[in-house]
Amino acid sequence: MTMAAPQISQDVLLNRASLELEKEQTCFECRDFGLYYGNNQALRGIDMVIPERRVTAFIGPSGCGKSTLLRCMNRMNDLIDTVRLEGEMLLHGKDINSKSINVTELRRQVGMVFQKPNPFPKTVYENVAYGLRLQGVNKKRVLDEHVEWALKGAALWDEVKDRLQDNALGLSGGQQQRLVIARAIAIEPQVILLDEPASALDPISTLKIEELIIQLKQDYTVVIVTHNMQQAARVSDYTAFLYLGELIEFGATDQLFTNPAQKQTEDYITGRYG
Amino acid sequence: MVYQDIGQHISHQYDEDLESLRSKVLNMGGLVEKQVQNALLALTRADSSLAEDVATSDYRINSMEIAIDEECTQVIARRQPAASDLRLLVTIYKTITDLERIGDEAEKIGRHAVKLAAIERTPTYFSEIKHLGEQVCKMLHECLDALARMDIDSAFVIAQGDRAINDEYDALTRQLITYMMEDPRSIKRSLRVMWCARSLERIGDHAKNICEYVIYTVAGQDIRHTSFDQVKAELSDSNDK
Repeated sequence: MTMAAPQISQDVLLNRASLELEKEQTCFECRDFGLYYGNNQALRGIDMVIPERRVTAFIGPSGCGKSTLLRCMNRMNDLIDTVRLEGEMLLHGKDINSKSINVTELRRQVGMVFQKPNPFPKTVYENVAYGLRLQGVNKKRVLDEHVEWALKGAALWDEVKDRLQDNALGLSGGQQQRLVIARAIAIEPQVILLDEPASALDPISTLKIEELIIQLKQDYTVVIVTHNMQQAARVSDYTAFLYLGELIEFGATDQLFTNPAQKQTEDYITGRYG
Repeated sequence: MVYQDIGQHISHQYDEDLESLRSKVLNMGGLVEKQVQNALLALTRADSSLAEDVATSDYRINSMEIAIDEECTQVIARRQPAASDLRLLVTIYKTITDLERIGDEAEKIGRHAVKLAAIERTPTYFSEIKHLGEQVCKMLHECLDALARMDIDSAFVIAQGDRAINDEYDALTRQLITYMMEDPRSIKRSLRVMWCARSLERIGDHAKNICEYVIYTVAGQDIRHTSFDQVKAELSDSNDK
């Protein structure tokens, strides 16, 4: 049995070969950003630009602050009482932590997908339509169109088009994760945050998610946290290496994985860390 | 610019795999160097049995190339190397190809040496080719030394030495053409000497390639098809960073 390699369009490949951070449009920007859990400083002095419509990966050992930084991007850390921030986190030039920002609106613009798929115990259809209904969309025709569009966007439509009324919990892990991504893109966010989206999946489902990420960047800015460095190397355009709450190196993925500038990055990606 | 020596991986087996590969490449380099030296000796001393030996020993180099190639592939499949490890493996892949080709050139010289030894017992043209051969052997030796020590500074200096070899080759070619014009009976002989000189010049090119791979491994910069002045500027830039 031969397996067809995932097709990546030539445009995407060419795009990737000519990446230059200076020429990118800015989506997120961290300025001297820091975060404390109580007295414990988890992030310090992060200065970084996340470019628009690109995939940016955060890598680093456990506890280095990469998930914490990701969660700051749609203010998930608001839910933790002891968290204190410093510096600025700008989304298209506006500080997302300022009082004038509507958190619900921010989270609509910045969707998030977690390590373990967390579909609602509802039908496949309702999972995707849920966010739209919350926004007041109730017309069946509009909902139908959006659900189909989102499921196609998440590369799941062909597998579930005849099972839309089945319970989402009956889908496989990989399908559930793509369903959750469909739910995230149904409300047309600008940014999708992925926190280890494939770590609980088998290799085939992982490849499907990776292929999906590469497609998603044509319309969205994608930020992914991953422990799998090969995955970061495969899917991302830019990579940030964090260590002990600090940003050690940020650069084009091609450069960072073949010729990193910092010794700590080199040690980590070549398995010399520790 | 970051270059890490082979050791210190969390996985000791990985260290051992890379070390094993490196020592095999150096062994192969040693064998190739010996072949070139013997080919030159056989040529300049008109020693047909040594020449025959060189011409028929190339299979050892070829089988080493295949074995190292296979081992490299295994390491890539198992370890998915990155950064300096990846650059080292790319360098090993390319280096063994160049070494194998140097072996082929030595074999060619060996074959010509067998014929030349049969034509002429007192080799008249061989002082010039001896000089070229010594230059090439020195370059090859130094290049393998730079590879063993991953010495980027030596590699850069040695790579520039290829110009002198090319000049020597041009001079030798002109001289041989003069001989041939003066005495057409010498054409057959002169052509064989010229082919040997051509092989030596090619060995110089391969040695230069290996020096470029050393620079790539250590500095992460591909300096092929770039002028030496530009390379010097780029290397000093990356050192400043």
